[in-house]
Amino acid sequence: MVKTDIAQEPVGPEHEPETEWMELNMGPHHPSTHGVLRVRLKLDGEIVRDADADIGYLHTGFEKSFEDKTYTQGITFSDRMDYLAPPINNVGFVSAVEKLIGVEVPPRAQAIRVIMMELARVSSHELWLGTTGLDLGVYSGFFYAWRDRDLALDLNEAYSGVRMMTSFTRVGGVAWDLPEGWLDQLQKFIDVMPARLDDFESMLTDNPIWHQRLKGVGVISAHDAIEAGVTGPVLRASGVNYDVRKAFPYCGYENYDFEVPVGTNGDCYDRYRMRVAEMRQSLRILQQAVDNLPGGPWITSDRKVALPPRSELSKSMEAVIHQFRLVSEGFKGPVGDVYAFVESPRGELGFYLVSDGTNKPYRMKVRPPSFCNLQSLRKLVQGVLVADVIAIMGSLDFILGDCDR
Amino acid sequence: MSANSSDTLVQRLGDRFKTAIQESSDFRGDLSVVVDPAGLVDVARYLRDQEGFDYLLYATAVDWPARDPRFTVVWEVRSLADKTRIRIKTTAAMPDPHVPSLTSVWPAANWHERETWDLFGIKFDGHADLRRILMPPTWEGFPLRKDYVSFGEPVIFSDQKLEGLEPDAIRG
Repeated sequence: MVKTDIAQEPVGPEHEPETEWMELNMGPHHPSTHGVLRVRLKLDGEIVRDADADIGYLHTGFEKSFEDKTYTQGITFSDRMDYLAPPINNVGFVSAVEKLIGVEVPPRAQAIRVIMMELARVSSHELWLGTTGLDLGVYSGFFYAWRDRDLALDLNEAYSGVRMMTSFTRVGGVAWDLPEGWLDQLQKFIDVMPARLDDFESMLTDNPIWHQRLKGVGVISAHDAIEAGVTGPVLRASGVNYDVRKAFPYCGYENYDFEVPVGTNGDCYDRYRMRVAEMRQSLRILQQAVDNLPGGPWITSDRKVALPPRSELSKSMEAVIHQFRLVSEGFKGPVGDVYAFVESPRGELGFYLVSDGTNKPYRMKVRPPSFCNLQSLRKLVQGVLVADVIAIMGSLDFILGDCDR
Repeated sequence: MSANSSDTLVQRLGDRFKTAIQESSDFRGDLSVVVDPAGLVDVARYLRDQEGFDYLLYATAVDWPARDPRFTVVWEVRSLADKTRIRIKTTAAMPDPHVPSLTSVWPAANWHERETWDLFGIKFDGHADLRRILMPPTWEGFPLRKDYVSFGEPVIFSDQKLEGLEPDAIRG
């Protein structure tokens, strides 16, 4: 219908209606939310004025479930939280238990853990590269990333039998020694990956579109980053040199020669650079771990926490008793509370374990890096364009399974 | 952290806040102090401004149904420069558990305290935005309390009725 009285409407800035912000739901099923996340955006035209992240869609009550399971049973829960870096969750969980009960981990087990964790870091960053590129329009990169990540998953499968939920740690060591030929397969991975990363970098690092989408977008200063409690590559991109592997070495990280990439601008582009550089450092660590892999046992000989070898069961009554006790009720921890933490691809993953002296955690609080990083989203998106929200969310690299637990 | 420096930190805290610091412990190298809720914010501000604890790691709670006060509320902070950590604990009693919020000292506590409210039902006085965060806004009860039973939610099978609802109506 044609509006006829348009000439009678008052004009001029004093007659313009007060700005009304439009509320837009991004998600819960938006592809860029990587999981199920709803962000309520308040929009002034194309500009974001405020944002409220609504999380919890993947809340599964893992912390409650830990309280019902023995320490060994809890390991399988741990890798289902951050499903893109399960080995790192496994190690974080058992290191809290090991700290509580005070078990020594043999050097070979520590090296195997390092190898699995660095593989997980590479595969997680590869996936991040693929999916974030996809969000920003780099469709072909996704397939390259998937191809390369698959190599790491093949290694997971060859070692643990499972491609993702490895559950390979045990309190005091790892569940199995490396299978025959596995190190050769790993060596092939280490050899092929630098060229593949070069391919990626030639596609993105100097790509003008990639620069336009990421440079100067989502800037957070070092002070703000610390105040917001962000961690991992997001914190380091802002110039804070904090990596758990360097600051508080665990699993023998002090014996490996690697660098922690630190950014300067704290924008999305620096976060991208951090992750690519971290992958190269992870490959360096992997090479050193392969070259210097110690021999010896891969799990502690403390029979109070680790199962006896099968060969002992037919000869030793004590071994049978230990086996029975460990399988039926597990082991008990002393009364106390500890916090143990590892560097996941997303930042500091911590486990706060409270024990009341029984065979189960009395309380297991997880400090998920995704949760802490996502908290900064509100501040990061205020005043940016809607399209940049996608880039910022991608650059934070949160995993909702990790965030919601 | 050397044992010496943590001792002096505890000593400094004890000298400065004679009544607020109720207890301190060092278990497996993790330093904890139990602080009276009334002095909590002052202790936290001192730790941030004078001792350099600039980074909040997490906040949570532990439910001890047999104890009075029932809840232990925990914040853990780190000094990035000194690479030290300290765990600040305080207590909250039923029937209306509440403690001061530390969001004014460490803004990062915002979501962590919301989560603690959501899962334990502990109120944080002075928190600007205390809403449920993981559970739906309409949820009843606090899942991480020990008297909240796992797997306790009713499940409706096709041959059952629940509160007058026909199974088909639920399935939609």
